Amino acid sequence: MNWRAVVPGFGFAALALVPLAARWGPEAYALNLATRALIFALAAMSLQFMLGCGGLVSFGQAAYLGLGAYAAAILARYGGGDLLLEAGTAIPAAALFAVATSAISLRAKGVYYIMSTLAFGQMLYFFFVSLSALGGDDGVTLDARARLAGTDWLASDRAFYYAALAALALGYLLLDRIVGSRFGRVLGAIRQNPLRVRALGFEPFRYQLAACAISAALCAVAGVLLANLNSFVSPAFMTWQRSGDLIVMTVLGGVGSLGGAILGALAYLLASELVSTYTEHSGLWIGPALVLVALRGRGLAGLVWGGR
Amino acid sequence: MALLLVQTLNGLQLGIILFLISAGLTLVFGVMNFVNLAHGAQYMVGAYLAAWLIGLTGNFWLGLALTLPATLAFGLALEALIYRHLYNRDPLDQILATFGLILFIDEGVKTIWGAEPISVDTPAALAGGVALMPGLLYPIYRLALIGAGLAVAALLYLIVNHTRVGMRVRAGASNSAMISALGIDIGRLFLIVFGLGATLAGLAGALVAPILSVEPGMGDSVLILVFVVIVIGGVGSIRGAFLGALLVGLIDTLGRAFGPALLDLAMNPSAASQTGRSLTPMLIYLLMAGVLFVRPSGLFPVKR
Amino acid sequence: MKRCLSVLTALAALAFPGGASAEGKVKIGMIVTLSGPPAVLGGQIRDGFALAVKKLGGKLGGLDADIVVVDDQLKPDIAVTKVKGLLERDHVDFVVGPVFSNILQAIEKPVTASSAFLISPNAGTSNFAGKQCNANFFVTSYQNDQVHEVLGKYAQDKGYKSAFLLAPNYQAGRDALDGFKKQFKGRIADEVYTPLGQLDFSAELAKIAADKPDAVFTFMPGGMGVNLVKQYAQAGLKTIPFLSAFTTDESTLPAQKDAAVGDLGGANWAPDMDNPQSKAFVAAYEAAYGAVPATYAMQAYDTAMLIDSAIRTAGGKLSDRDALRAALKKGDFVSLRGGFKFSTNHYPIQDFYLTKVAKRADGKYETEIVERVFKDYGDSYAKDCPLK
Repeated sequence: MNWRAVVPGFGFAALALVPLAARWGPEAYALNLATRALIFALAAMSLQFMLGCGGLVSFGQAAYLGLGAYAAAILARYGGGDLLLEAGTAIPAAALFAVATSAISLRAKGVYYIMSTLAFGQMLYFFFVSLSALGGDDGVTLDARARLAGTDWLASDRAFYYAALAALALGYLLLDRIVGSRFGRVLGAIRQNPLRVRALGFEPFRYQLAACAISAALCAVAGVLLANLNSFVSPAFMTWQRSGDLIVMTVLGGVGSLGGAILGALAYLLASELVSTYTEHSGLWIGPALVLVALRGRGLAGLVWGGR
Repeated sequence: MALLLVQTLNGLQLGIILFLISAGLTLVFGVMNFVNLAHGAQYMVGAYLAAWLIGLTGNFWLGLALTLPATLAFGLALEALIYRHLYNRDPLDQILATFGLILFIDEGVKTIWGAEPISVDTPAALAGGVALMPGLLYPIYRLALIGAGLAVAALLYLIVNHTRVGMRVRAGASNSAMISALGIDIGRLFLIVFGLGATLAGLAGALVAPILSVEPGMGDSVLILVFVVIVIGGVGSIRGAFLGALLVGLIDTLGRAFGPALLDLAMNPSAASQTGRSLTPMLIYLLMAGVLFVRPSGLFPVKR
Repeated sequence: MKRCLSVLTALAALAFPGGASAEGKVKIGMIVTLSGPPAVLGGQIRDGFALAVKKLGGKLGGLDADIVVVDDQLKPDIAVTKVKGLLERDHVDFVVGPVFSNILQAIEKPVTASSAFLISPNAGTSNFAGKQCNANFFVTSYQNDQVHEVLGKYAQDKGYKSAFLLAPNYQAGRDALDGFKKQFKGRIADEVYTPLGQLDFSAELAKIAADKPDAVFTFMPGGMGVNLVKQYAQAGLKTIPFLSAFTTDESTLPAQKDAAVGDLGGANWAPDMDNPQSKAFVAAYEAAYGAVPATYAMQAYDTAMLIDSAIRTAGGKLSDRDALRAALKKGDFVSLRGGFKFSTNHYPIQDFYLTKVAKRADGKYETEIVERVFKDYGDSYAKDCPLK
């Protein structure tokens, strides 16, 4: 039996059942929490693709989240509030920003690369903070949730949950295909030994640039969804702390596995929410838990699947 | 002209503060290859311990003297409990662990000392100021801070370049596997480097307590600046951290002070104001991106 | 991922303890910032509210009060999730909060669209005071601009020729300077925006010294204010009047101490307010929490009193929303500020004072009222509000 296909299948099926379970509880709250978790799972997965497959740690991933969110906000303001249109705008915008900045960042390696992604993320953050036309730091409220191909299906929280789940599942399938493709294999080889790859006649830079663009595009979709979830956008979506959170989710889940990133995001957000309902001092509990996972190594995916 | 002098001094002073925090981190990072995100939290703990001990003893100097061993002990406790088990591991595991530590320490500090910002009085001997320009007193404490930073820089330079331990530290930054193979107790070397880093973080925290408010989370925003400094300077290089810190301090301060005026000359006022508002906070990130564009391994890369 | 399902189920069971609202009980959901440096403000609101409920014997309007406090972590998206939790899991009748404007922007819609009322004990943005005002949203503090206007008016009345303006580079900072400039017509020596969270103000202080303005106006909340005030004093600039909003209040004075003494501020209340209820409140707060209350705590206390009066007027029937809304709107409670009533947009009409930082005989620091600057002052956005 092919476990590689079965396990994610079960996982997504389980996630599809969440809205049914939520009907017995406080539905809008549970759906809001679960949808936010799915959106961050998508963002974490986009980071995982760069990190696990391409070996590139982006410390500016939240910038793409913000770009997607602001694309949605601007379109919504001028009457273009359709999810497909918003995603269709956010994807090229983020990809373009990723290509332009990564062309510079990728010259640097290791921690230098990490910090230069941070630099570009911060520049975008400060740009939106100072942009009074869009509310600056206070953010901007969207009048309503986006429409989907002209229908108002997404107005229902449950439908929106399924839209987020669909985006996550499609993203997963897409990235899974890419990782297994020739492109993905070259990328993985670059992570292990760029020199040898170059000797084989591949230019690492181009492959890494493409990986950055793909990752940014996917993360921007998460941003579009995040904007529509609460009909609200603010620069708080793109602080460096958010980029850090995404790295933590990814590493918590387990580096190298797309499912691990999903698991990490869900676990981190749900555990934070859960702990904070019982204590104001959630850091005293979440902090040591992260330390323990780190000490054990390989993240939660290591615990669940027993290795990469 | 006097204004330019004062602003240069201000930039120097900000740079010195950044250097004090960066020096320890760049060593730990460069020699041990350990990504210690909790360095900022250790700096915060230093500031809190200083505020507490100075209040307890009623004497700035005694409090300062007690803070150093206290932060050293705190750092070594972290090393023994957590960090030691993460050397030679995936840097991402180190990031996860030290991120968890930040959450814990921030919350712990708030639980012990409360969320209100607390402050430390300037020691009487260094209170007051000198008039460097009409209408502005330059606080003596800030001049003393610059002096203390320069002294630390000189001391570190001597230790790193002219002692046996320093030689090993430099060797460790270049190739730690090799010096381990040469029979040097790498565990002991790491402990020394880490202890030095922790003490420097604590010292920085204690020294800024009289001018900055001591509050939970104060280490987190500084941490990013410090990483910027280290990366500009080149990881593992004390000289790089020193010059990187001064560069960041000067560019940031002078940019804030004179940037808007320069923009006014170049474009119409309202456009200048909008551009200025978004550009000024970006300055140091522009600087970092620029440096990395020209020199992808910082200004003073350690040879490997 | 299989395990993920069981984890989710377990989480669901744990996270949704909930329960329908019981008869004879009122549930209050409080959403404030309790993490990071601004935690001190959230703490004051939580404590001020709790003090009022304690004084009322654990009841509000004769009903047993059940208070759920959540931390918004100053992240708008997290705040929305938390608020949905308060509304649907805890079935709260009132949501009290938040501290910050950007959180208010995010949670206003979800709360006012539900069956609960939203009462803000601090944040009062202009959009919700004007066109976007809402029947189910009340503010017990002020419209954000007003405090800045107090200082602008004071500077204008005092005949200052020039003022140096300094604020952090974010929306509230820009609004602050606009509020000041609405009243102050003198020359603006310079208008400087600093990055949010800036630690060191020496560059700006040197500029102030060079400009030699008649007065400095600034808005530097929290730790930034602590740093600025200390550095301002150390730089020997205290000869230039220092007017500020939310920069020297009881939440920061324990750290600013002598450096802040004499600094001028604007407020709708100060701990030395001369009325019996306020005196009793300050004494009780200090006894309970060991700190001098700031306006945040005062406004939270008044919020509790407002809810108490509304439930009482509505005859204890929480289900009758229209009666409850009408009762809230009356604002028929004894405010710590003395006079209090709501304008048509559900923002207060109240007096504003110039305050001055002073050291008390017991060694603690507080702001004290110098003079009244505005009497029965409502905000200028109310005319755009369609509510009657």
